[in-house]
Amino acid sequence: MSAPLIELHDCAVHFGATPALAPLSLRLQRGECVVLVGANGSGKTTLLRLLHGQLASRLTQGRRRAAPGPMRGEVAQAMVYQRPFLLRVSVWRNLMLALWLAGVPRAQRDARSREALQRAGLLAQRGQDAHALSVGQQQRLALARAWAVRPQLLLLDEPTANLDPAATREVEVLLRDFAADGVTVVLSTHNLGQARRLAQRVLCLDAGQVVADLLVQRFFDGPLPAAAARFVQGELP
Amino acid sequence: MGSFGDVLASALQLLAGADARLLGIVALSLAVSGAACAAAALIGIPAGGLLATVRFRGRRGVLLLLHTLLALPSVVVGLSVYLLLSRAGPLGAWGILFTPGAMVIAQTLLVLPLVAALTRQLVADAMHGNAEQLRSMGASPLQLAALLLLHERAALATVLLTAFGRAVSEVGAVMIVGGNIDGVTRVMTTTIALETSKGDLPLALGLGLVLLGVVACINLVIALLRGGARRRLAFGPAA
Repeated sequence: MSAPLIELHDCAVHFGATPALAPLSLRLQRGECVVLVGANGSGKTTLLRLLHGQLASRLTQGRRRAAPGPMRGEVAQAMVYQRPFLLRVSVWRNLMLALWLAGVPRAQRDARSREALQRAGLLAQRGQDAHALSVGQQQRLALARAWAVRPQLLLLDEPTANLDPAATREVEVLLRDFAADGVTVVLSTHNLGQARRLAQRVLCLDAGQVVADLLVQRFFDGPLPAAAARFVQGELP
Repeated sequence: MGSFGDVLASALQLLAGADARLLGIVALSLAVSGAACAAAALIGIPAGGLLATVRFRGRRGVLLLLHTLLALPSVVVGLSVYLLLSRAGPLGAWGILFTPGAMVIAQTLLVLPLVAALTRQLVADAMHGNAEQLRSMGASPLQLAALLLLHERAALATVLLTAFGRAVSEVGAVMIVGGNIDGVTRVMTTTIALETSKGDLPLALGLGLVLLGVVACINLVIALLRGGARRRLAFGPAA
C-alpha cells in the first residue's frame, strides 16, 4: 500500500473539558472518497477540521501526519462548509481572491478561475454578485473555489444539507467530477443515499468515536456494529 | 438684533448669493475635515482591522485605551496639539501652528480612535462564523481583515462618514490650534462661534444651515448605502 495522504495516529480532541473526539487512528489514501456519517454532535465536523489541520492546539494526544507538501500553486487541502462564506463581490472575484490567498501565481489565476467556473456551470454568472446566486449555485461556487486551488484533499462538511434534490444532484455530479481527477474527498452527510452514491469507504461516528470504518458495500450490505446499525436504522436514542 | 425670521431671511440671502467669504469658509472646513478623515482612515482602518484579527499580549489594555479615547474632548486634543506645535514644543520647529495643517493634525487625532474602534468592531462582528473559513483558505490576519472590510465596505463607508461628521462639526480643537484667523484658518464652526459673539447672526446662522446641510448629506449617503445593502439582502440569495 502506498504512503497515506494523511495519517491520524491515536488523536483525541477536547474543547475545554469536553471531549469531542475519542482517540482514533485513520489513514487516508490518495484518490479515496470517504464519507462520514453519524448523528448531530457525533464528531464529524471535528474530524474534518482535524484532517484539515485546524485543531492542532486542541489535540490532547496523538499526532497528525501529512504527506510532503504540494507544489507551488497547489494546496494540501481545502474545505467546503455547510454554509460557505462568500465575499460580497462578484463570482469571478471570489475565485480570484481564493487563488490569491492560496498563493497561486498571478499569471495562472485567470485561466484557473475560468476553468473552475466552467466546470461548476457558473461561467455565465461570473459578473454577478455572489450573494445574488441561488443557494445551490452558491454551494457550487464554493466547490469551484475549493477545486480551483488544486487541493490534494477536499473536505466537505454537509455540503448539500440545505439543498433541494436537484441542487444536491448537481453538487454530487461536480464532486464525482473532482474525485475523477484524483482529488481525495472526505465528505460528511446525514444522507445515507448520498453516502451510498459517492463513497468508496464509510466511517460512522457516534459520540466522538469511530464505530464503523468499512468499504461502502460492506457498510450497507453487511452486518454493522450496534451503534452504526442503530444510526442506519434511524433508531438513535 | 432682528427677529429670528429676519435673521433667517438674511442668512438665506447670503447662501443664495453664494457669498465668496462664506464659500471660502465652507471650502476650508470641508478640506480640513476631509484631509483629517483620510489620514485617520489610512492609520485607523488597518489598525482597527489588525486589532480584531491579531491576538497579542496587552491587547485588552490597548482596547481599553482606544475605547477611552472615544470620549476625548476636542479641546483637550486641541490643547495637546497646541503644546506639541507651539514654538517651545517638541514639534515647534515645523512652524505650522495656526495653519490649516495644524487643524488637520488635531482633527486626525480626534477622529482616529473613532475610526479604529468602529473598524475593529466591524471586523470582529464579521469574523463570527466566517473567520475560520477564510483562515482555512490561507488568509493571514492582515488578509483576513482586508477581506472582511471588503465584504463590509458599505458599513466601513458609514464609519468614515461618521468620522467626517464628527470632524466637521467640532469647534474646540480647530479653534485652539487654528486661531480662527480670517481667510486662513477660519472654518464653519469657529466662524459660527465668533459671529454669534459679535452679533452678526445672519452669517452665523447661514453657516449653521450649511453645516446642517453637510450633516444631512452625510446621513443621506449613509441611508443610501444601508438601503443598497438591504436591497441586496432582500433580492440576493433565492432558494
